[in-house]
Amino acid sequence: MAAFAPARGRWRRRFRGTLWIHLLLIASILLIGFPLYYGFVISTQSMDEVIKVPQSLIPSSHMWENYTKIWDRLHMGQLLINSTIVALAVSIGKISISILSAFAIVFFNFRGKAVAFWLIFITLMLPVPVRIISTYQVVSALGWVDTYAGLTIPLIASATATFLFRQFYLTIPDQLVDAAKIDGAGPLRFLWSILLPNSGANIAALFVVMFIYGWNQYLWPLMVTNSENMRVVVTGIAATVPTGTQPPEWNLVMAAAMMALLPPVLVVIFLQRWFVHGLFEPEK
Amino acid sequence: MRRSIFENRWLPYVLIAPQLIVVLVFFFWPAFDSLRLSFFKVAPFGDREIFAGLDNFVELLTDPAYGRSVLNSFIFSLGVTTLGLAVSLCLASLANQKLRGLTFYRTAVLWTYGIAPPVSGIIWLFIFHPSYGMLPYLLSMVTTYDFNWLLQGWIAMLLVICAAAWAHLGYNIAFFLAGLQTIPVSVMDAARVDGAGGFRLFRSIIFPLLSPVTFFLFIMNMVFSFFETFGIIHAVTQGGPGDTTTIMVYKTYVDGFVNLRMGYSAAQSVILMALVIALTVVQFKYTERKVTY
Repeated sequence: MAAFAPARGRWRRRFRGTLWIHLLLIASILLIGFPLYYGFVISTQSMDEVIKVPQSLIPSSHMWENYTKIWDRLHMGQLLINSTIVALAVSIGKISISILSAFAIVFFNFRGKAVAFWLIFITLMLPVPVRIISTYQVVSALGWVDTYAGLTIPLIASATATFLFRQFYLTIPDQLVDAAKIDGAGPLRFLWSILLPNSGANIAALFVVMFIYGWNQYLWPLMVTNSENMRVVVTGIAATVPTGTQPPEWNLVMAAAMMALLPPVLVVIFLQRWFVHGLFEPEK
Repeated sequence: MRRSIFENRWLPYVLIAPQLIVVLVFFFWPAFDSLRLSFFKVAPFGDREIFAGLDNFVELLTDPAYGRSVLNSFIFSLGVTTLGLAVSLCLASLANQKLRGLTFYRTAVLWTYGIAPPVSGIIWLFIFHPSYGMLPYLLSMVTTYDFNWLLQGWIAMLLVICAAAWAHLGYNIAFFLAGLQTIPVSVMDAARVDGAGGFRLFRSIIFPLLSPVTFFLFIMNMVFSFFETFGIIHAVTQGGPGDTTTIMVYKTYVDGFVNLRMGYSAAQSVILMALVIALTVVQFKYTERKVTY
């Protein structure tokens, strides 16, 4: 049918086809972004504006006031520092120990290699919630409650990262290894000068995933921290939700939520090119 | 099989040691200890452990509250998975076409990957807030039904499902987009030449070719909603009203850390462990073989 339509009509139909898609996409993006926008608008309003339903959907003038108020009350600076330390330690730690173990598994033969590989693999089946009490007891016995070590080290094993690096190392041609050997390079030299410089895309992708994993931890920090100044931002703001008898300071809660949300979202936005490529097309 | 390897007697052990130590100390030892504890009753504050055989498990299986938490977990997980996959598949298919401004569109959906589930929970809690929220206000204009999650369990469940699905949307879309890129352009073009367009193209070409990704995401979403959403429940509903949003992980935490029933909580951990092992095995079995298409 289309082939017989006059040229102009066909053109219009095609244009209408993509216009449809653009409109649908924009509508979905607005819908997906609405909760964030709503939260942001609330964070700029005074309490009087917040409790007057329906609230205005245009940002108000109390942003600075709300943000500084909740910043001081929650010691937000300390919370953000703690979250940054945890997210960086977890992501860098996971990536480092996974590079080393994948290197050992791919480029060496040693007794117990298969067992080691399976032990790492099985950790996929042991997320924090299935071993809550006992992991807490181990950390407590080590005297790591309320320490950065306790917050991070139990989280830094990574089967996923080990597999990803193993897959990548397996694609390294044997000739490259032989050439390095002939040139007199030892294994560590090979790792440092040949493998690492070629792992950039994988490392960047994993960094995004692991940074967000670390930043967004909730159950584990909730258990291993007692003191206010060891809290991370996600557990810190969850404690601000007003209950029945407290004043409904939702503007302050939303201001805190926005501050907790911004760093990981920025990491996704700025590193998304590496994140999408390195994770899903590792062979490229 | 790789033939060129380095010869060294001790170096590989040094290299793999950090990972193995963490794995053994913080994963295996606690897992075995949970297994052991599940056969004991532990005095709340003391170190006294009394062997109880299968008592904890028998009590769990006959406890209606535990049965409800299992049911809640499945309702919650299937809700999060269905909602999340449906929305992200539609969006990813739309954003996969050759369009102007594609990079912008992708960024505009991928950012949700960064949202922490509890933060999402807090935002949705306000949207659903019976006194101040937008949603009850809008609904009050069309119905007199009291849309109050503090009173109605199903609304509380809907609230946490929305929060979890929203926080996981970016992850799903990222995988669907990657999956769509593996569909050869020639296949799509051939289908178009044969007159397939729009929905027909989606149903006959895109959806079947995406089934491995969809299956993978189904499992990952189930794992996510079972094991990574504790923060939403803890920060938003505390399992309530009543125990309508008490999912298994939340109950395990409450029984262990609040009610201090270590053995009972450990038994629940063991059941969760069996569940995650089952999910992982299913995933590996089927993704290795690829889902048929």
